[in-house]
Amino acid sequence: MGWNRKVLRVNLSAGTCTPEPLNMAWANDYLGSRGLASKYLISEIDPKVDPLSPDNKMIMATGPLTGTMASTGGRYTVVTKGALTNAIACSNSGGFFGAEMKFAGWDMIIFEGKSPKPVYLYVENDKAELRDAAHLWGKTCWEAEETIKRQHQDPLIRVSSIGGAGENQVMFACIVNDLHRAAGRSGVGAVMGSKNLKAVAIRGTKGVSGIKDFPAFLAATNAAKKVLADNAVTGQGLPKYGTQVLMNVINEMGALPTRNHRDVQFEEAGKISAEAMHEKRPSDGKAQLVTNAACFGCTIACGRISKIDETHFSVKNSPKYWGASGGLEYEAAWALGAANGVGDLEALQYANLLCNEHGMDPISFGATVGAAMEMYETGILSKEQIGLDAPFGSAEALCQLVEMTAHGKGFGKELGLGSARLCAKYGHPELSMSVKGQEFPAYDSRGIQGMGLAYATSNRGACHLRGYTVASEVLGIPVKTDPLTTDGKPELVKAFQDATGIFDSAGICVFTSFAWTLADVQPQLQAACEGDWSMDKLNLVGERIWNMERQFNLAAGLSAKDDDLPPRLKTEPAKTGPAKGLVNGLDKMKPEYYKVRGWDSAGVPEQATLQRLGL
Amino acid sequence: MRVTVKLYATLADYLPAGTRNNRLEVEVAENAVVDAVLAPFSLPAKLTHLVLLNGVFVPPGERASACLKDGDTLAVWPPIAGG
Repeated sequence: MGWNRKVLRVNLSAGTCTPEPLNMAWANDYLGSRGLASKYLISEIDPKVDPLSPDNKMIMATGPLTGTMASTGGRYTVVTKGALTNAIACSNSGGFFGAEMKFAGWDMIIFEGKSPKPVYLYVENDKAELRDAAHLWGKTCWEAEETIKRQHQDPLIRVSSIGGAGENQVMFACIVNDLHRAAGRSGVGAVMGSKNLKAVAIRGTKGVSGIKDFPAFLAATNAAKKVLADNAVTGQGLPKYGTQVLMNVINEMGALPTRNHRDVQFEEAGKISAEAMHEKRPSDGKAQLVTNAACFGCTIACGRISKIDETHFSVKNSPKYWGASGGLEYEAAWALGAANGVGDLEALQYANLLCNEHGMDPISFGATVGAAMEMYETGILSKEQIGLDAPFGSAEALCQLVEMTAHGKGFGKELGLGSARLCAKYGHPELSMSVKGQEFPAYDSRGIQGMGLAYATSNRGACHLRGYTVASEVLGIPVKTDPLTTDGKPELVKAFQDATGIFDSAGICVFTSFAWTLADVQPQLQAACEGDWSMDKLNLVGERIWNMERQFNLAAGLSAKDDDLPPRLKTEPAKTGPAKGLVNGLDKMKPEYYKVRGWDSAGVPEQATLQRLGL
Repeated sequence: MRVTVKLYATLADYLPAGTRNNRLEVEVAENAVVDAVLAPFSLPAKLTHLVLLNGVFVPPGERASACLKDGDTLAVWPPIAGG
């Protein structure tokens, strides 16, 4: 079987670590990782719980393919009630931490309660104990990881930790593993910080055993790897240019949100693109990009490793940032760049480094800066309130604001609220470009209509990774659809949402879906796991997971009114590009989507739907 | 008439040496079709994947008939993705 059948329950209030058997009936119904951990969370917490109270729980979970030979099988998820969103949160990360958890013999770790003092969890195979973290509190994610490895005299320990952002409960704090991979969205790092849990350090030497049919698994994983290698996107495009190659594509088609979504095209997009990362700089004759990189078991290797320009104003006196480090990826480059009108590639990498170092989601941070810059330009916020001039396009302001937010100083504390709370505080909630309190990623839904519906109905707030219809509407994967119409989008969004639930719950990367369909994943799961994992079953489980998350959100107090977009996207037409004159057609798509989902007009799953899904 | 051709990612190798910002203005015949505008660049067919005319996708079946106007922009990518 792909599961270890073992859960570690950590009661932070009592200071205990207790193993317990994995609920295999639930594993059979919810697969693993996102789906299975969500089932545990929903079964154990009050949906109305304050996300930052001890009564919230946080689960780190692997899937049945995590740690195996399946390509990209290194993923793990953090499931909790989100600090940023007050909705279910499930943040997914790559790197090597997830596989290490599996190698140590655990499928998931459930954290409950709150430690009376800062602690970290140390796991060495079956041994698990909470240790004092007084010496780690206040350290960055990078320092914490290095300190733990040095302290245990083991460089092979894998660490997930929070930085100052999580400690200070910045609402978009994330959890960073392996220096520059992160469970990034929805404020999961703030939840971890609220529990006085600084880090989780794991060393596992058991490997993964118990694959149900190993010869079949070997054949299935090899065949699936060949599909990735032979596919032009996963075999060549992503390794060479990374996700950042989208910058010029999305700008060209008029869907690059710019200056807090005032515009849909950024005149300096080329300067912050993948192509720009390959260009040699005048200052030192070197390109920013050093190489690509892969997470555990990945045969795509889309990650970017870069070196910042040592002469740039942001780092010229800070040699610690001169080494090779992660970034820029598309979402971060957009949020730190186009969203604020900043076209300085080195400034974006500096802000990205600080987000990794201190544990902040660069999407929500960058988009919150965009909202603040708009409030500055319109006179809602003054220079005195912010502490500096912050017009759109100011790289200096971006670099200062990231430092202030990371260190919780001055106006940085207010930015740490996230854009929804910040804009509401200053009387202009409409300027927050968010859904359910979570900031949009890098696609303007006036130019890519389906994404408006995907954002509005995403169970974890605005997110591209819950239903990436960009694949179809822009890239033609699996088939090309027209991004400028709403026709057929409800069905398309549902299909992407349900399928993504399986990729996430299996423990593999959703980027495989640029080449794989569920039909490529199914033989791998069937060979790894006991029981029936037919295509029919997978389709049912994907839909079940989505509806289960929906039910949690409804019980938490969210409703159809929260499945909405900011008024700007529904009333202010795109000014340029192919979508010129268009707003997003959410109000047309949403009722149809509810019908396709088997929900009533209030967005509540019908009884027949729940019965069909076994909920 | 004059149109702008933009070749991105690995297709930048097919632009003349020294081309800046992945873009080149070219003189083409009136009502030139997409395929005709791209022909001088000798792009491999399997790399001529995502073709946008003024930001709008031109399906492979229409590239021999879709005409450009003066001032239009044609942008091309090989198979790529992101997220």
